[in-house]
Amino acid sequence: MSDIASRVKAIIVEKLGVDEGEVTPEASFTNDLGADSLDTVELIMEFEKEFNVAIPDDQAETISTVGQAITYLEKNVK
Amino acid sequence: MELKRVVVTGLGALTPIGKTVPEYWEGLMNGVSGAAPITRFDTEKFKTKFACEVKNFVAEDYLEKKEARKIDPFVQYALVSTEEAVKDAGLDFETLNTNRIGVIWGSGIGGLKTFLDEIMIFAKGDGTPRLNPFFIPKMIIDIAPGHISMKYGLRGPNFSCVSACASSTNALIDAFTYIRLGKADIIVSGGSEAILNEAGIGGFNAMHALSTRNDDPQTASRPFDKDRDGFVAGEGAGTIILESLEHAKARGAKIYAEIVGGGMSADANHITAPHPEGLGARLVMQSALDDAGLTTADIDYINVHGTSTPLGDISETKAIGTLFGDDAYRLNISSTKSMTGHLLGAAGAVESIACILAIKNGIVPPTINHFTDDPALDSKLNFTFNKAQKRDIRAALSNTFGFGGHNASVIFKKFEE
Repeated sequence: MSDIASRVKAIIVEKLGVDEGEVTPEASFTNDLGADSLDTVELIMEFEKEFNVAIPDDQAETISTVGQAITYLEKNVK
Repeated sequence: MELKRVVVTGLGALTPIGKTVPEYWEGLMNGVSGAAPITRFDTEKFKTKFACEVKNFVAEDYLEKKEARKIDPFVQYALVSTEEAVKDAGLDFETLNTNRIGVIWGSGIGGLKTFLDEIMIFAKGDGTPRLNPFFIPKMIIDIAPGHISMKYGLRGPNFSCVSACASSTNALIDAFTYIRLGKADIIVSGGSEAILNEAGIGGFNAMHALSTRNDDPQTASRPFDKDRDGFVAGEGAGTIILESLEHAKARGAKIYAEIVGGGMSADANHITAPHPEGLGARLVMQSALDDAGLTTADIDYINVHGTSTPLGDISETKAIGTLFGDDAYRLNISSTKSMTGHLLGAAGAVESIACILAIKNGIVPPTINHFTDDPALDSKLNFTFNKAQKRDIRAALSNTFGFGGHNASVIFKKFEE
């Protein structure tokens, strides 16, 4: 697992209060991990803070699973 | 229309001297002070370095970590005291019409910690408003009754009352009124406050409202003592389950006492100073008596606002003297803030619980920390100094006065068929 992936998972575990085992690449924040719309916004902000990157709203809307978050960040984090 | 009788069927308390109702009552009976050095932040640069904190409170002991993180301490406290009260009242919501069960809650300030934390992050940034999406829904005062309704599925009247230190008394009065009018069967009422942080202490210090007796915190809250020097900030929550008498009887609930009157008034005088002659305080007690259909001869105990400020204690005492006349001398008067500190928006709730239990148990909790008589106060009044006093209490009145000149008083009576 890449460094980015493990940091993403750690944030999700912390913020959504889920078990690490549930945080699979396919897991959807809202459908599988119990997030509501505000949780999702908070997650995106935490990713921005952790990786010092700005995720524009139109991009944020395309990130709804763990895998999508990891892929986006691996591409955009310098 | 005929007004319904309303009774108290459940109690919950999370206070600086006890984290449950039995612990709280034991603290009151033993004259325990909840004051101690502040542990929540570094007080080095603060004029006041102590307060009445809820000791060793760990939210995760009561709430799931994920839930606890999304709510401000004032809501955490509300959920904790309410859980105790719901259990105490034996409420099984599966069997009740939850459309007729409401929540009316008081808090003076709401999520001050959340506000402070978020604004600190903003202030340290570059001006980009990177505010947490939970900022507003964590902070707003009405979110406390909102969370209580969501936890238990209560779909009746639901809102908050805000009148500074009178907030939870206003909440109780509203709850009483709505049940009386038949608009709900049960209302979960009370209040919570959690302002023991840099903004709360710094703000009240700036007003010179707090005691600065840093060398002896436990004796700092000394209402009616000559050397009182301000109030001691406290925190916590109190929940009172109010229910129509017919509903309580139908489900075989235990009844602590009856709530019989609520009074409200304004000083219309000054933002923080009480009316010097206690005009608003006199009016609010008269208003509560009128609402209850009682006279001063019917009251045996007044749990006073009595915050231990130089001016406030005098004006409230004058108001009692003027209104009660000779009846003032047969009253027991006490300020339980001498033990709990001032719970601000939660004061009315926890002090009403003190009144309810005083009636039930036939004992008046004391005003501790009395050392020197204040010549400005009528020495013939019985302030229940330093030790609890046994007394059969037919009816007790609880006073609360808030910055802004808001006054609210409520009267509880021994329950009789």
